[in-house]
Amino acid sequence: MSQSPLTPLSPALGATEARLPPTAPQPGDTLYRRGSLGAKALAVLRSAWRAIASNRKVAAGTGVIAFFALVALLGPLIIHQDPLKYTLTLNASPSAAHWLGTNQGGQDVFSQLVIGTRSSVFWAFLTGMLVVLISITVGLVGGYMGGAVDDALSLLTNVFLVIPSLPLAIVAVQYFNRSTITIAIVVALTNWPWGARVLRAQTLSMRSREFVTAARASGEKTWRIIFAEIFPNEISIVAANFVTTTIQVLLAVAGLEFLGFGDTNTISWGIMLNQAYSSGALLTGSWWWFAPPGLCIALLGAGLALLNFGIDEVADPRLRVRRRPALLARKKLEAA
Amino acid sequence: MRRLIRRISIYLLAIWAAVTINFFLPRLAPGDPAKALFFRLSQHGYVNPALLQALESEFGLDTTDPLWLQYLKYLNNLLHGNLGISTSAYPATVAQVINQDIRWTLVLLSISVLISFVAGTLIGVFMAWKRGTALDTSLSAIMTFLYSILYPWLALLVVYFIGFKAGWLPFSDGYDLSLTPGWSLDFILSAAQHAILPAFTIVISTVAGWMLTMRNSMITTLSEDYVTMARAKGLTTRRVMFAYAARNAVLPSVTGFAIAIGSVVGGQLLVEIVFSYPGIGFALYQGILSQDYALADGILLLVIVATVVMNLIVDLLYTVLDPRTRQERSA
Repeated sequence: MSQSPLTPLSPALGATEARLPPTAPQPGDTLYRRGSLGAKALAVLRSAWRAIASNRKVAAGTGVIAFFALVALLGPLIIHQDPLKYTLTLNASPSAAHWLGTNQGGQDVFSQLVIGTRSSVFWAFLTGMLVVLISITVGLVGGYMGGAVDDALSLLTNVFLVIPSLPLAIVAVQYFNRSTITIAIVVALTNWPWGARVLRAQTLSMRSREFVTAARASGEKTWRIIFAEIFPNEISIVAANFVTTTIQVLLAVAGLEFLGFGDTNTISWGIMLNQAYSSGALLTGSWWWFAPPGLCIALLGAGLALLNFGIDEVADPRLRVRRRPALLARKKLEAA
Repeated sequence: MRRLIRRISIYLLAIWAAVTINFFLPRLAPGDPAKALFFRLSQHGYVNPALLQALESEFGLDTTDPLWLQYLKYLNNLLHGNLGISTSAYPATVAQVINQDIRWTLVLLSISVLISFVAGTLIGVFMAWKRGTALDTSLSAIMTFLYSILYPWLALLVVYFIGFKAGWLPFSDGYDLSLTPGWSLDFILSAAQHAILPAFTIVISTVAGWMLTMRNSMITTLSEDYVTMARAKGLTTRRVMFAYAARNAVLPSVTGFAIAIGSVVGGQLLVEIVFSYPGIGFALYQGILSQDYALADGILLLVIVATVVMNLIVDLLYTVLDPRTRQERSA
């Protein structure tokens, strides 16, 4: 590995930047205000595009995520029906008027699904970010500081790594108000240890590098060394971690909502599943009520998983399938 | 040995942390859960002074004891297996409810986790061996989808399409309710039949994780020199595949097993709910619905402790599998 602080990050960085169009850097973002603005933005977009196109899994994953992000963003513009409005058409099967039928309250399932996308996607990504923030803080601070601080933080990490997160989340969430914010906070507080452990290990290997020593010698403040010098070098790991975390968090939030801890005045995929199950959609045979939300969760999760496996392939060439014949041929040549 | 002692102390700390969180949360929560719950229950006609007292001691409101004394009493109660009184199954204690339901959960969990781990790992080995073929590509795609499936959703689909619509297998309860539980052949057959669909659901939703981990780890191992050497020596394919590559590639899966077991248990709780399976997951759901905090907490604490113990077992197993961990070396 190169010792230079300017080590180019793995292509995964580009991929993650373009992962979510709404949050991708736009021309005019403060981040890109320095230098010739248009050219820089174009360069970033181009390198992001190259990273996406270079790997089929990354491309497919990004496509799926972009689709759901678009639905989340534009859904309310397409759907003009109130997804919570009760009508007299109860338990209707899918038809031209109701693409995914209606539920027991006569509410239109398709509009619930589209409107619910916003809540599910938004909270999954927000909670994912929260988890990663905690992981970064604990992992980097512990890994860099060493000594008693590291001992304490590693102990905390290892202890929470062992405690199963969903049961702990249920213990915690039942005493508080039923709202998505409660769920998000509880899920964030129960899912951070894995990322923290990975980042701590990486920081440990990073702290004795020359650029860190140089920064320390030039009198930089500790927090600046951690977050401005070391952190940028770990962005690819953070990105991969964010993707896996988001899958976990998406499932955890939906699971808690399925158990009935969601805010029933709003709509999301998990809340739809809860309502379908608790009002006996199974017995009335309304498969169109409970099948679509879970399918959306699985699809979005699969998109994220694809992106993650793609990043793995980019980072570890041995996992790439295409290269195999060439490698094998070379090995055979060497052997001969 | 030192490594093991360190791990065990971490496990003990984890249990203590879970217990402590469980003690302090209701006391930190806004409002007065005991009073609110008692009010709700009294509207349903459950009023009983013993119940109120049970509730108050559960939430630590009954005494003028300082917090630390309440905490010690709480720990003492837990050590004696006293988890409080269930308000939904009153007058049964939480321990009685759990004792009755836990065996269903344990049997279902161990069978389905075993099947899924063995099957997933084996499929992963073969996929890595045949990587790049149509089999690998198509299985990878399917597994990527299954990897992020929501357990209770799959359970709903299975209940509806296989159980309810097709009517191939029973899809609710743990056994035919007309039979009396016991060691009769009829009962055991009925229980086995009722376990097929829940087990199938758990296997399908967990198999992808083991498989993908094994596949990637196996592919990495296959490019190691000692595997090439084994091939060059002309060893049989089976020997190279299992004794050389898979034995070393399985280590990440075993580590993953320890981490995943918590989420598998959590997932099983949700699956039981959909199948009305008489395990602790279904009891937990009843507890949550009727705001039986003592029952829910007792079950969750038990699950947390069980997960920690399983982690310890996996750790011991790891020491057997990987000779390097037996040396004094901190990674």
